[in-house]
Amino acid sequence: MPGTTVASFTGFGLGLRTPHYQEFLGGDVSVDFVEVISENFMVQGGRPLNVLAAVRERYPVAMHGVSMSIGSADGVKLDYLIRLKALADRVQPLWVSDHLCWTGIEGFNSHDLLPLPYTEDAMRIVCANILLAQDVLERPLLLENPSTYMSFADDEMSEWAFLSEMCRRTGCYLLLDVNNIYVSASNHGFDPLAYLAGVPTERVRQMHLAGHSANGRGLLIDTHDHPVSDPVWSLYQAACARFTGVATMIERDDDIPPLSDLLAELDLARALAAAWQRAA
Amino acid sequence: MKLLAVQRSMRDHLISGADEITAQIHGDASPRLAVYHHAYRAQLLDCLRDTFERVWAWLGDTGFEAAARSYIESHPPRSWTLGAYGDNFYRTLSGLYPDDREVAELAWLDWSLRCAFDGRDATPVAAGALSDIDWDHAILCLVPTLRMRSISTNCAAIWTALSEKSTPPAAARLRAPMALRVWRKGFAPHFRAVDSIEQHVLLMACDGASFAAICTAIAERTESARAPEVAGALLAGWLQDGLIIAVENR
Repeated sequence: MPGTTVASFTGFGLGLRTPHYQEFLGGDVSVDFVEVISENFMVQGGRPLNVLAAVRERYPVAMHGVSMSIGSADGVKLDYLIRLKALADRVQPLWVSDHLCWTGIEGFNSHDLLPLPYTEDAMRIVCANILLAQDVLERPLLLENPSTYMSFADDEMSEWAFLSEMCRRTGCYLLLDVNNIYVSASNHGFDPLAYLAGVPTERVRQMHLAGHSANGRGLLIDTHDHPVSDPVWSLYQAACARFTGVATMIERDDDIPPLSDLLAELDLARALAAAWQRAA
Repeated sequence: MKLLAVQRSMRDHLISGADEITAQIHGDASPRLAVYHHAYRAQLLDCLRDTFERVWAWLGDTGFEAAARSYIESHPPRSWTLGAYGDNFYRTLSGLYPDDREVAELAWLDWSLRCAFDGRDATPVAAGALSDIDWDHAILCLVPTLRMRSISTNCAAIWTALSEKSTPPAAARLRAPMALRVWRKGFAPHFRAVDSIEQHVLLMACDGASFAAICTAIAERTESARAPEVAGALLAGWLQDGLIIAVENR
């Protein structure tokens, strides 16, 4: 594998979403990088790839996927990886990320980020899949902690212990979604600060911030349709105290507001991170 | 339980509501599984609404959602890209609305325009670049986004009215057979209703027929004295629409 490390990038970014294309194409949006959903650009041609090329000329780009299905027991799909590699070759991204989850099995694809049991059996499969993906992509992956709404009776370790061991065995890195930690902590009753304390600091390259909603049945749902909540900002402060040299990005995928609203949220993230840097 | 068995159980729950997975869930499984069961269907429904916007407008919320839910229950997604979901929706609609053919034809048009949107790039030839062509041996190469389908209704007029947010005409059968051709010019998908002669000869061109053979086919389907005029008009229209990306002499 030619690249075995992912360099740190300390910056603040937003997702490239269709309503904001024109402003990003103008090139004067005050972000340090943009994140794209990889699958939206794994297409043959047309406007999406043209927009991506123009944006890439102006900003560093992180590629974030939703369909690798790194936890599928029947393996990751080589045709998917080859298409992803072609996009990465074109974009030359900061990094390529996806989620610690599975999306499908044996030809079925749920298009949802489904939870894994945290067992040694799952660990062996996930790590084998990561190693294959990293070989094909010729770069280490970043894996994001998912938001989950159920856990398994057979779980043998915590999610953060699973992430740590996964990094150790494969050399992959982490995209830490602070909102997902908060959502899952609420849904499963664990301490989010214990989660942060259990994540290997040297493997974290990016953090996500997003909004969530309550479903009225006692669960929080990672909806990405609200501003970042106050408890998540608090947890982000704790994360900034622990992780340095990490990029931060705000995810908004539904009820997308004007870009200025998201930039204001990003300014808050900058201010909180800067406060911890000054204190350190 | 091994991961493969867990994932098969979860897949079966999502598709059919099978409850074998329940025993694997920590705590009260019902509200937790419901989140995934709902999210799976909600995402696919949103995808179909987004792709088949004119069908949705034509059928209304209730009719569209019933058709979409029928499709979702019978067509679990198989592709890694959500963009591929809906490729058979027009067939489902054809079965659900056998006497309202415009519904399936609108769906085919919605789907084909979406496919053209991010289909393979190609640069059309300029009319001025065709001055030295040996037309007796010329073969037209067409844009890779070109798709065609026979239609039997005024679906094109309905689609246009819906896209302009104006009152669509009532569905009606066409008096003569027509076809829709869909393609992308620049970054914009287009469609045009064409007669059966144009449909036939464009299909010939797609299959690699020579322009001479196309002219012969036109002559067989129209008054022979008008054949050169018809062929010239078709060629001019294809150039104007950016359908031709190369003219090769073989």
